[in-house]
Amino acid sequence: MLLNLLLALSLGGFLALLLIPRENHQAIRTISLGLSLAVFIASLGLAVGLRADLPGRQFATDRVWIESPNIHYHVAVDGLSIWLVILSTFLTPICILISWRYIQTRIKEFYAFLLLLEFGLIGVFVAQDLFLFYVFWEVSLVPMYFLIGIWGHERRIYAAVKFFLYTMAGSVLMLAAIIYLYNRAQTFNYPAIMEMLASGKISLSSPQQMLLFLAFFVAFAIKVPLFPLHTWLPDAHVEAPSAGSVMLASVMLKMGCYGLVRFCLPMFPGAARTCAPWIVILAIIGIIYGALVALVQPNMKKLVAYSSVSHLGFVVLGIFSFTQQGMDGAVYQMLNHGISTGALFVIVGYLYERRHSLAIADFGGVATPAPWLSTAFLITTLASIGLPTLNNFVGEFLVLQGAALVNFRWSVFAAIGVILSACYMLWLYQRVFYGDASAEVRTHVPDLNAREWAAVAPLIVMMVWMGMYSQTFLPPVSRANAQVLEQTKVNVQFRVKRPAVSTDSVAEVANAR
Amino acid sequence: MPASIVPSSAEMLRFLPEIVLVIAGTLLMVLDPLIGGRSQRAFGHISIAALLAAIAASLCAYRNPGPAFGGMLVVDGFATFFRVLVIGVGILTVLPSYRFLRREGAEAGEYHALLLFSIAGQCVMVTANELIMIFIGLEISSIASYVLAGYLRDDRRANESALKYFLLGSFATAFFLYGVALIYGMTGSTNLAAIRGTLVSGASAPGPVFVGVAAALMFVGLGFKVSGAPFQMWAPDVYQGAPTPVAAFLSAGPKAAAFAIFLRIFMTAFQPIGRGWEPLVWISALLSMTIGNFAALTQSNIKRLLAYSSIAHAGYVLVALAARSDVGTAAAMFYLVAYALMNIGAFAVVSHLSGKGERFLRVDDFAGLASTQPGTAAMLSIFLLSLIGVPLTGGFFGKFYIFKAALDSHLVWLTVLGLLNSAVAAYYYLRILVVMYMREPGEATANIEPLGPGLRAALFIPAVGTLALGIFPGWILDFAGKASVLVR
Repeated sequence: MLLNLLLALSLGGFLALLLIPRENHQAIRTISLGLSLAVFIASLGLAVGLRADLPGRQFATDRVWIESPNIHYHVAVDGLSIWLVILSTFLTPICILISWRYIQTRIKEFYAFLLLLEFGLIGVFVAQDLFLFYVFWEVSLVPMYFLIGIWGHERRIYAAVKFFLYTMAGSVLMLAAIIYLYNRAQTFNYPAIMEMLASGKISLSSPQQMLLFLAFFVAFAIKVPLFPLHTWLPDAHVEAPSAGSVMLASVMLKMGCYGLVRFCLPMFPGAARTCAPWIVILAIIGIIYGALVALVQPNMKKLVAYSSVSHLGFVVLGIFSFTQQGMDGAVYQMLNHGISTGALFVIVGYLYERRHSLAIADFGGVATPAPWLSTAFLITTLASIGLPTLNNFVGEFLVLQGAALVNFRWSVFAAIGVILSACYMLWLYQRVFYGDASAEVRTHVPDLNAREWAAVAPLIVMMVWMGMYSQTFLPPVSRANAQVLEQTKVNVQFRVKRPAVSTDSVAEVANAR
Repeated sequence: MPASIVPSSAEMLRFLPEIVLVIAGTLLMVLDPLIGGRSQRAFGHISIAALLAAIAASLCAYRNPGPAFGGMLVVDGFATFFRVLVIGVGILTVLPSYRFLRREGAEAGEYHALLLFSIAGQCVMVTANELIMIFIGLEISSIASYVLAGYLRDDRRANESALKYFLLGSFATAFFLYGVALIYGMTGSTNLAAIRGTLVSGASAPGPVFVGVAAALMFVGLGFKVSGAPFQMWAPDVYQGAPTPVAAFLSAGPKAAAFAIFLRIFMTAFQPIGRGWEPLVWISALLSMTIGNFAALTQSNIKRLLAYSSIAHAGYVLVALAARSDVGTAAAMFYLVAYALMNIGAFAVVSHLSGKGERFLRVDDFAGLASTQPGTAAMLSIFLLSLIGVPLTGGFFGKFYIFKAALDSHLVWLTVLGLLNSAVAAYYYLRILVVMYMREPGEATANIEPLGPGLRAALFIPAVGTLALGIFPGWILDFAGKASVLVR
């Protein structure tokens, strides 16, 4: 029921905002902030109520949406998706806070789209019906398209259209694959399809499996984005308004990673294993290439955008290492990247609001007029480069460890990315915050105000928490990943034991009651 | 053949919608000289009333389904589905026409009368159970629409449009008639079930070559009517020149009716030679989607853009036809409903925005519509998102069912190419969204008139319908599923 509440609140918020008169700016902001906080608090209930002793899906609701074809409204969370849901609900109020002054035109539509985006994102992570998943996947595209296109910077239209077309082109093939699976299984129910695949009720020949895997994989790889499909990302990130960049980097990219872990690996394990070496190579290229390109960027947002390409390479590397450590690290890294890159975009947005420029050259010596802002940015920078005790360290360490278990050279190359990340981030920090403050910087860059603190402080708290005590977050993730790994070994030579799918669905039945 | 020449009352009841429409049309023509000078709006009211009555009559007729006039017509679920669809399209055409006719200073009486006759013709088409009736319905519908296309007599484009439509249309109908003649010559019947019976009769069945030629000739005629490639050339010119509400009508009503007879003829009569005509439809579907979408990419005139988009959408429906299954038939039926709603809605916005003399027809003229009329822009967005095929709209479900049917029938390549096509199509629909939301208002949108009640309804009904089809597609699909069985 809790998941239904989350979805209903965010969708209801979208509809409610449409009804408020557009002149009433303050009410629109306050209501959307209140609603998003309510959604966040409700989503904490998931973390509290997630039962450790039951593996698999919890908080399930399964209702018939359309009789024929057999489409269900089927939502549930497990250890994999729970933190991603909470990440979405956590970042939405922060995005509303940072847009308070930033957005001055068409305020009503902006907040309405933000809540619709939240609805789509939560839906993607909780959908247990392939059709429903696709619906949410596409629905989340529309508000982001408008967020970039209406409130973005100069080249916003180009960026918005590119973003939409890339994602659309990837996802139509996924739709074909989903329909194909439906025609074989006569259901979109994901757990049921998994069971049929595991028990051999649907048997796919290896070319079929490969094609289906690729259809899903391309859709997800575009979203991740995996090198060389990443070219939409710098445009979209740079041109989007701050809140758009935050949601895009922190949550939307995770849709792709999540899809890989949730669907690509367990459903088509053979194909995933066959392709894994190639995908890992692309991921490592992405790690190093993203870092190198970030190094030479003159634009702060572009730098952060390319650093995302590099960080997301770690996630893909971890996933396709097929080790417990690697996958735990990958999922943890998804959350870390959400927090730390989100914070980077938040603070870059603050700088833009003050100076109306994103060029690194227009800054310098910001630490003098704005010491607290600099401190916040420093902590975020350190988190982003993977300093121990801060969050990214945990994820990167696990990923590198997992990769090393399979092939030590992978870790060596990936570690180059870690070193490079220190280079570009610290150099950025040096150029923006140290040195002599010019007159413009002195007069135009005040320190953080209370509202800005409110947006950035929770992120910093999370960086420290996730870095110091990862045990709060990791156990459910590990359980879910263990299950995925078990499923992934089906149909390949070293099959360990009977797949866990059936116990999973038993647990689900118990939950539904 | 039935013993009685005089039709029974049950048969007359089954024919009631057509009777209502023709009587109302005639009434309008009689009233035209009497009240035309005083109230142009009255004609609109009368035709709306007649169309509503015709819908009621169709539903009434469906309560007692069966053949009429010795099997020439048949009232079944399939016929009723399309009857209600084409009449509904009529209502959605009349609603924006109030404003349009007043703005252009055109006579309302004849316009509405022609519209009603055309719809009556479409109703005959979709209920017909044999080729001669189909042909008669096709002609009634077509001739009225030729005149409608050129309704603005003083407009050069409208004249070109009407002439082109008339010449090419007659040519296509002639092809169709040749096909009918050949089939009659070979099978001795024009009844669809009887033709099918002869085709499967084994030794006495006619030679496959002649049947193939006949089917191909009919395919040409019908391909023209549904604006499927390679018979699509006329559509952009005709849509561009025709008055906008008429273009909306042409893209939805006659097309739906033509697809209905397409389904009836090919799924019922030519079902035994399905393997033969499937490649034809396959190629035509792929060509329509590709030509339509790629040509639309470069259009700057919104009516031409929607014309090419309507060619592409005809391609999607042809994909459903190529599936040759009940699921495919049902998918085509569902898609035609969704398409009619979203396309008529989009055209209604075009008609609203274009202003007197239809001056503002470029895509760029939509600039800033979202800031001057947010409601209109929001509804157009729904139609465009539905045309793209974004979930929670009817257009998405339509496409989904179509490609599901195609995959069911193992048309994997057609599915993949069709889906990629729909990603291409996203680009030109997005262009309209871009100018609407992301540009500053221009001449067209800055001084836009407020929506009147007619236009408001003409936008609101399709918008709600599009969303309803996207969220609760169940009941239309159930009905289509049951009806699809009737034409196999």
